[in-house]
Amino acid sequence: MENPYLPYPVVIDKIITETEDRSLKSFRFVFKNPGDEEKFAYNPGQFAELSVAGKGEIPIGIASSPTEKGFVLFTVNKVGAVTSFLHNMKEGDVMGIRGPMGNWYPWDELEGKNVVIIGGGFAFTTLRSSIIYMLHPDNRPKFKDIKVIYGARTPGMLLYKDEIEAWAQRDDIDVYLTVDATNDPSWKHRVGFVPAVTEEVAPNPDNTYALVCGPPVMIRFTQPVLERLGFAPGQIIMSLEMRMKCGIGMCGRCNIGTEYVCKDGPVFTLAQLNNMPKEY
Amino acid sequence: MIDYVEKIREAARRLLSEGKVDVFIGFRKGTVPMMSEPALISDVSQVDDLWWDSNCGINLANYITKRTDRVGIVAKGCDSRNIVTHIVENQIKKEQLHIVGVPCRGMIDRRRIGSSVEGEILEVTEDASLVTVKSSNGQKAYDRNEFLQDNCSICIHRNPVIYDELVADPVPEQENVDRYEDIRKIEAMDPASKHEFFTKLIEPCIRCYACRNACPQCYCPTCFVDESTPQWVGKSLDPTDTMTFHFLRAYHLAGRCTDCGACERACPVSIKVRTFTKKLEKDALELFGWETGMSIDNRPPLDVYRPDDPNDFIK
Amino acid sequence: MSEKIIAKEQFLQALKQLSNQQAVYAPVNEGEFYNYKKLEDGVEPDFTFQNTRLSPKGLIQPQSERMFEYSLDPGDSEANVVKEIKRDYGPQAIVGIRPCDAKAIQLVKINFDTPEFRDPFWLKRYEASTLVGLACNDPCASCFCSTTGSGPFNEEGLDALMTDLGDSFLIKSLTEKGEAFLKTVGAGAKDAQAEDKRKKEELKGKAEEAIRSEVPTAKLREQDLNALFDAPFWEDVAFSCINCGTCTYLCPTCWCFDIQDEVNNLKGLRIRNWDACMFPLFTLHGSGHNPRDHKVQRVRQRFMHKLKYYVDKYNNGVACVGCGRCVQYCPVNIDIRKVFRYMNDYEAR
Repeated sequence: MENPYLPYPVVIDKIITETEDRSLKSFRFVFKNPGDEEKFAYNPGQFAELSVAGKGEIPIGIASSPTEKGFVLFTVNKVGAVTSFLHNMKEGDVMGIRGPMGNWYPWDELEGKNVVIIGGGFAFTTLRSSIIYMLHPDNRPKFKDIKVIYGARTPGMLLYKDEIEAWAQRDDIDVYLTVDATNDPSWKHRVGFVPAVTEEVAPNPDNTYALVCGPPVMIRFTQPVLERLGFAPGQIIMSLEMRMKCGIGMCGRCNIGTEYVCKDGPVFTLAQLNNMPKEY
Repeated sequence: MIDYVEKIREAARRLLSEGKVDVFIGFRKGTVPMMSEPALISDVSQVDDLWWDSNCGINLANYITKRTDRVGIVAKGCDSRNIVTHIVENQIKKEQLHIVGVPCRGMIDRRRIGSSVEGEILEVTEDASLVTVKSSNGQKAYDRNEFLQDNCSICIHRNPVIYDELVADPVPEQENVDRYEDIRKIEAMDPASKHEFFTKLIEPCIRCYACRNACPQCYCPTCFVDESTPQWVGKSLDPTDTMTFHFLRAYHLAGRCTDCGACERACPVSIKVRTFTKKLEKDALELFGWETGMSIDNRPPLDVYRPDDPNDFIK
Repeated sequence: MSEKIIAKEQFLQALKQLSNQQAVYAPVNEGEFYNYKKLEDGVEPDFTFQNTRLSPKGLIQPQSERMFEYSLDPGDSEANVVKEIKRDYGPQAIVGIRPCDAKAIQLVKINFDTPEFRDPFWLKRYEASTLVGLACNDPCASCFCSTTGSGPFNEEGLDALMTDLGDSFLIKSLTEKGEAFLKTVGAGAKDAQAEDKRKKEELKGKAEEAIRSEVPTAKLREQDLNALFDAPFWEDVAFSCINCGTCTYLCPTCWCFDIQDEVNNLKGLRIRNWDACMFPLFTLHGSGHNPRDHKVQRVRQRFMHKLKYYVDKYNNGVACVGCGRCVQYCPVNIDIRKVFRYMNDYEAR
């Protein structure tokens, strides 16, 4: 019988410190066993359980896009026992990943639509996966207008800075970067909270879906803005964070209402969330 | 102690209708024999829910830590000493409380009656001296003193030490009580026997933490067994981890435990968990002359340095 | 499938012989209460119990179970690679399981055996188990199995059902596994006669009538989930709760677990342990945020999950079999039967 609790062994190929306070690091993993990469076929929006032998497992959104071959990328925030240990690991170290898990952003439904991506802080990981996926030449024609609104506390706290600057130069995607505050004279983009920038950018709700991913406070203030602009709850797509362990809908930890966030989610529309108890 | 019911209801009615308290904490009659359910009422209309009998062994002081409202609470001797300890430990202010003191003649040990009676127990009633048990095999009355909880049979503080009113006249305290006979037996064992004794004692433990949670003095926001950075104690049924939990919890209660017996009452697998805490209680008495919770003016022994504190552990 | 009658003496002998060849679990008197234990020298079964203190779910989902092992030795080329533990899931017979507990295993199976994922630890033990039930001639006063979809002589989830006829057991096989068990222990058994079957029916009728405790479930499915969630009775239900794990650990239909890594020097294990939604840490995020940091939220979660979320999600009834353990052993006497009534009868304003 296949064992969904058994991780694929991977090697840490590269570690990139993403933020100026070193709390966020990106890890690029390469599968130790050839053939595991194919088994791990995933869609943007999914997550995986990163397994560190001796410490435990953590559920982290997949930051790489399935169009990027040969590796998988995760960006991890240092908060506790497992993540602290992971942050101290080195390139060449062995660990494990289990997955892919969860549902994904509704790519079938998004075809032919305008997509507005709104991200805050380090919740931007699966949004990176989504953007790279959409910008791939095979996929770009499937979507219409793509707008990205991304904000962090300071310029040094933004993720994937180089890649985002490159996207900002393209003409098939509009990028609106913002920070809460900065003294940096070289900062060329906006200053202000994500909800306020969203209001300024005022994306048109017609034939548009919004992918929203960020800290609870950002979501709490961005949601009303989208509603004011005319987005229906079914057009607002969110990804929930929850405490998880098994990641496959069995241990009960991430249960909200009738859903397991790890299996029936983590992607839910606002319409679905409105019907669920507010325990997240 | 059934006669206390009306007095407790009367006190609750008066306190709530006069606005002296925001809520009143007492007990509701149980839905199965020999049990009762702690209850909080906030309106005069709920006063008749309140009940009192010899099955009110859970310690209501467990429910008042860090409350910010004004609370009326029913307290027997041991409960009242835990309330004193809460006040000394800054978990609640005296001014917030209106304590309805209950002079207690001991709680019944549900398990001992269960073991002594053939068949399934269907109903248990009591009066001042008898406990009448109706089982599937018939009916029998027992002297209630034969079936007191272990801690109640050796209790020397049945009357509340702090109260705003009493529901009855104080009851005579038991005298010439040897509280530590069982502990001395264990102290006399050699290390190997002690190890065997304790291993056997906690063998049924399922780490449900009912003992810890029923204890009014266990109110740490994160208990040491739940810490993960660093992880002091494993979470599996490993016998060493289980032993660590019980011993360390007892140490955390040194000078704070009033032997109310709520822990033993709560344990679903009938472990005599007071074996651990009573040793610490004995030590506190012998080393520091300390009895927990007798007055809000006394600082606990682990809180105070006195030049004549015992120090023969310094070799 | 067959129905045989076997004298108790002979049955116990046969069981003892079987226990020399494979694992046999049966209720054992441990002094104050009964628990399922592996039969071996010095461990004798006692079928005169009403029910065990801990449910038999621990025989299929052990409270602490090693999932994987790994080496942390830097000199080991396979270090940090998590490996499966070779285990022999030899056949195990669970004899004397009550119909409520057997049905509970079926309710739990829905969680561990899904179209997308199958839990090999749970399923391998389940598939290795033969469940031989013992009908309840004498239900407890707190049993309410009939109204939760089970009953004292219910056959769901069992491979065979035994009825205690006094000096003998009437054993009815219900599956191939049950038939195999019957063949193994039934060497001295005779075919059940009409008189034996009539006696069983009589005992069944008496037992079913003896179940006086009932819970209402008819309106649970149609209740609005969010209205129930916001209902005003939760504060009162939750006040006395001390958030221990007693109800969860004793309950045959609770299955939540935790996964922990434990290390000793250069070797480690990944272990899974029972966990409870009643514990404050259950939903604590790494960031420190806890969606259920108040007691009332956790108490509500347990009841809503068992009596509403499970009902809606699987359309298979409530996740409760009326065994009554939580009712008897909750240290503060929170009575699930009361909560059934509150939830079923709730009318949103």
